[in-house]
Amino acid sequence: MRHILSVLIENEAGALSRVTGLFSARGYNIDSLTVQTTEDPTMSRMTIVTHGSEDVIEQITKQLNKLIEVVKVIDLNEADHIERELMLIKVRATGKDRDEMKRMADIFRGRIIDVTEKSYTIELTGPGEKLDAFIKALDQAVILETVRTGASGIGRGERILKL
Amino acid sequence: MEISGAEILARCLAEENVEFVFGYPGGAVLEIYDAIFKQNKFKHVLVRHEQAAVHAADAYSRSSEKIGVALVTSGPGATNAITGIATAFMDSIPMVVISGQVGTPMIGSDAFQEVDMVGCSRPVVKHNFLVKDVKDLAATVKKAFYIATTGRPGPVVIDIPKDVTQAKAVFEYPKSVSIRSYNPPVKGHPGQIKKAAQLLAEAKRPFIYVGGGAVLGNAAAEVTELVRLLNVPCTNTLMGLGAYPGSDPLFVGMLGMHGTYEANMAMQYADTIIAIGARFDDRVISNPTQFLSQAKKIVQIDIDPSSIAKRVKVDVPIVGDVKDVLKDLIAILKETNVRPNEKALAAWWDQINDWRKPNSLWYPQDDEIIQPQFVMQKLFEVTGGNAIITSDVGQHQMFTAQYYAFNRPRQWINSGGLGTMGFGLPAAMGAQLANPYADVACITGDGSIQMNIQELSTCKQYHTPVKIINLNNGYLGMVRQWQEFFYGTRYSESYVDALPDFVKLAEAYGHVGMQITKPADVEPALREAFAMKERLVFMDFLTNPKANVFPMIQNGKGLNQMDLPPHMQNMQLVPFENNRDYGNLC
Repeated sequence: MRHILSVLIENEAGALSRVTGLFSARGYNIDSLTVQTTEDPTMSRMTIVTHGSEDVIEQITKQLNKLIEVVKVIDLNEADHIERELMLIKVRATGKDRDEMKRMADIFRGRIIDVTEKSYTIELTGPGEKLDAFIKALDQAVILETVRTGASGIGRGERILKL
Repeated sequence: MEISGAEILARCLAEENVEFVFGYPGGAVLEIYDAIFKQNKFKHVLVRHEQAAVHAADAYSRSSEKIGVALVTSGPGATNAITGIATAFMDSIPMVVISGQVGTPMIGSDAFQEVDMVGCSRPVVKHNFLVKDVKDLAATVKKAFYIATTGRPGPVVIDIPKDVTQAKAVFEYPKSVSIRSYNPPVKGHPGQIKKAAQLLAEAKRPFIYVGGGAVLGNAAAEVTELVRLLNVPCTNTLMGLGAYPGSDPLFVGMLGMHGTYEANMAMQYADTIIAIGARFDDRVISNPTQFLSQAKKIVQIDIDPSSIAKRVKVDVPIVGDVKDVLKDLIAILKETNVRPNEKALAAWWDQINDWRKPNSLWYPQDDEIIQPQFVMQKLFEVTGGNAIITSDVGQHQMFTAQYYAFNRPRQWINSGGLGTMGFGLPAAMGAQLANPYADVACITGDGSIQMNIQELSTCKQYHTPVKIINLNNGYLGMVRQWQEFFYGTRYSESYVDALPDFVKLAEAYGHVGMQITKPADVEPALREAFAMKERLVFMDFLTNPKANVFPMIQNGKGLNQMDLPPHMQNMQLVPFENNRDYGNLC
């Protein structure tokens, strides 16, 4: 099953490689990983999307907690949460396709952030499935490049992961 | 006043009451070696290979309650240390390893003798540091000792670039450490401990399973008190030997792949298991499905939550310091007078004693060929069971575990988790330095001893009078045994056909060498060797080349599916009797 883990970690050199090293050494999967410092510059937050049985996820959580630099780990799946992912997608936009591309971006509430004679670059945010749907809705031949960040997640309402 | 990074390091080690640093100099650590030369708070032990430095520091730690320290140079010095670090990591041994690094401006340039030590050691350390600024050095060393010794212990590496050892700063050693992301648990959850006591009250066939965590957590006294209070059968794992006295009647022997018949059968058919600092290793329970096929309730006490329920489901997990948890559990048991059902327990003991009768450790000893088991039994007699025993890895290791009854913790030092050949001799050195007045014996084989035999030279230099017991069978014995069992007796590369003359070799290093070929000479030779208090004696015992370790559980089989020793193979065995009067049973 797919799980989304939110990890608070000391903002120290090498901390990220400890986390990724843990996954590769123990044979766990990373589907996506996002990291940035938090409002407290001494701390970073990671969102790790992974999949595995309940036992595997329990081990992943325990092993992450064992790393000296890891401050806190929660499995966002355990309660309501929101996730978003950012995609930058560059598409060929010439002739009558230009209007069509603009309409598609509007329908998906994307924004065109760069324009050339031949292309648009569209910024699109949302759950991963929405981004997948957008890619699917396009004629594959017009897609020049896609860049995706992987999911970032946060608990709904009062649910907070903080020190 | 400002002093150099190297001097700061030396001061830090003195603050930590370090007694010995095991190491080997090189370009990147010359500054540190100069600082060591100029101080007299701790001694340096010069090994002949960095792997040995780490094993020696490791055994120094295992055989005392102190912490081992090793010092190696950058590049090859650091990589040579990795096997030693991994060995300590697998067995959770508190240790600090200091490695030199090329100067910070050169890091990443593939400089001479540069290796990314933080990266190399990451999978096999509890934590590691690269110190980039001399101002951070003292605080980092303090943190390293704190992390290595608290919670689930383990090795910590500090990588120090050469320019940091040369740069200057004011020395200030922090009094305490606080790391917000690191708060190892101590107290077990009182509710869970009550539940454990409750399970014991319901138990008909209780069993206490004690691992290395009980030794590392200094909880042997509490383990002994618990077992005796309940009058329950107890087993120790390979790593746990000595946590409960091996000569005690409540002790049913080691369990697992080469455990006794009674210990494995009891583990399989128990209805309640209290696991203390033990992690249901694959060499202990083999196949988890087979193990759980007999319904049982499991209480697991461990300081590391990730060790709980890793391989088997656990009914009552208790995370905490094993000594603390056991104290609490014993207090509750005494207060409430909770005990397992007495009538059922008596029937359970009858069952276990029936399993004991055929003596699965019996072996035939004639007048001609020395059986390796015989050497271990005689060693036990001659040393009065008091020696500190280190071992290498192989058949000799298992014979030692089976035939030397360890009656106290920290007396048995072996590479349990990683199974590192070459561990024994440097470990004996480290243990002897930690315990200068103890008899220290290194049990080894003709394969293992040659993996770090150069340390005979270190033993000479530092007058460590260890007694080396080489069970020489001309084979890589355990490999040969497996080839016999699983590979149609095709002895692929398990025969060592160019063994040195070990007696002459010992003499070449300035030690005493003996070769023993007859069973009648075993005991006199051991007596003679142990009487030489000041000398290292290398005893080369020519033993039965075809001796195998029994019982044995093949991979994937259940604990009740042992390959039994020849004398038991045609014997009418006592099965588990469900109809004994345990009360209502599954």
